[in-house]
Amino acid sequence: MDILFLWETFLSLITALPLTLQLAASAIVLGAFLALGLALCRLSGILPLDWFARAYIFAFRGTPLLVQIFLIYYGLSQFRGLRQTILWSVLREPYWCAVIALMLNTAAYSSEIIRGGLLSVPFGQVEAARACGMSRFMTFRRITLPLAIRQALPGYSNEMISMVKATSLASIITIMEVTGVAARIISETYRAIEVFIVAGAIYLAINFILTQLVAFAEYRLSPHLRQPAALPTTSTGAA
Amino acid sequence: MKLIKTAIAAAFTVVTLMATGAAAQDKTEIVIATEGAFPPYNLTRPDGTLDGYDIELGKNLCERMKIKCTFVAQAFDGIIPALNAGKFDAIMAGMSATDKRKEVIDFSMSYGSTGQAFATLKGGALEKMPMKDELFSLASNEAGARKAVEQLKPLLQGKTVGVQTASIAARFMDEYLKGVVQVREYKTTEQHDMDLVAGRVDVVMASMGYLMTAVAKPTNSDMTIVGPRFQGGFLGAGSSVGLRKTDTALKAKFDEAIAAAKADGTTKKLSTKWFGFDMTPQ
Repeated sequence: MDILFLWETFLSLITALPLTLQLAASAIVLGAFLALGLALCRLSGILPLDWFARAYIFAFRGTPLLVQIFLIYYGLSQFRGLRQTILWSVLREPYWCAVIALMLNTAAYSSEIIRGGLLSVPFGQVEAARACGMSRFMTFRRITLPLAIRQALPGYSNEMISMVKATSLASIITIMEVTGVAARIISETYRAIEVFIVAGAIYLAINFILTQLVAFAEYRLSPHLRQPAALPTTSTGAA
Repeated sequence: MKLIKTAIAAAFTVVTLMATGAAAQDKTEIVIATEGAFPPYNLTRPDGTLDGYDIELGKNLCERMKIKCTFVAQAFDGIIPALNAGKFDAIMAGMSATDKRKEVIDFSMSYGSTGQAFATLKGGALEKMPMKDELFSLASNEAGARKAVEQLKPLLQGKTVGVQTASIAARFMDEYLKGVVQVREYKTTEQHDMDLVAGRVDVVMASMGYLMTAVAKPTNSDMTIVGPRFQGGFLGAGSSVGLRKTDTALKAKFDEAIAAAKADGTTKKLSTKWFGFDMTPQ
């Protein structure tokens, strides 16, 4: 192994890290809102909304993300009519095409995770909230959603990790994120192993930090599940 | 059965080696290999005969060298080892003389260079790019090439250029137009064509030979080749005749014949016939 080459490769790849993080973050954040909307559609009991969400989830979970990126980037640009509309100012940019594709894809998976979380909230909790006089919305905001998030978090962390790795597919539409830069270095040097080892290590590091953050969030959201520590002496007075 | 095959193959190799060994200098008859599947350089007609720029020019060169030539078809991926194994004496298969290949075989001077060209959309701002069809060599006329690039700079300022990742076109952008244009790199040349037609990039740069076929596609009817072409230096010397390193006399003959064919306009005439433009190397 050529340590100097690994270091140079690392320095080139790290310049693409902000783009990778930006892609992953925008896709995850925007996708989460869309996913919540879809999950609520599924649970709304209103048939057209339910069926729309089912069809959406079926289509986006059933097709490869690579194909979705290609269709959104190269497919939509084939329509002359679309190129005249205001939409083109967004779809013209490879970056936004990638964000849209990743967001639509993650929303399909996440909505099922969130739906599972929402369904796991014990009815007694909701009933108690209603008995306290909370409105439907307030019950949702204060009781159902926080509990659902806690339940969905382990499954959702999988999806977030997948999204970080899925950003590597954006390189096929000219976006020079970490994998795109790696591919360029490989075709210049023919040293695939070293370059991919460095690129893999970078993704590993991102996901290590991400899992730590999720674990921390999980810890904060589940005080009721922890074994109480030896009670501090002051707590007796407060009680 | 396998034994017989091996024996025949071995006998064949010995015979060819003897034949080539005996005729190492001053050949009167040579066999030239081509691929037969890389039009318009070389192609196989429906009746099985070989044709194309390589073949027609090859026959012309052989007349000049007063050598009797036979063309055979050979798959491109095994063509260099087969040459060194003595199965034929020369390769004319649109093969570029790259440094990597030069480690194994020798090359004549270049007999055809398509160069790198620009393509843009019809009716676009760059359609009237100056110096149309002019050819600049980075090897023999670096100053002229630089001057041509300087002339293009105001026109290309801030434009987005599509190139294939790690291609020589990408290197050209990096060395000559860095900071002037915004470069977007694609996995394949077909993809940058699609984005040119869609209006995501303003101009693409690729080999002239490729662009000629690309603009002929019905989906690319809005695409047109514009401006000057560049070749030589890191852009490659173009197609050359591949020869064994030991056949120095044959290489000298080919060089002489190619120089003569370039001088009397034969390469210009034949390349215009097959490619639609003059690809005589400068």
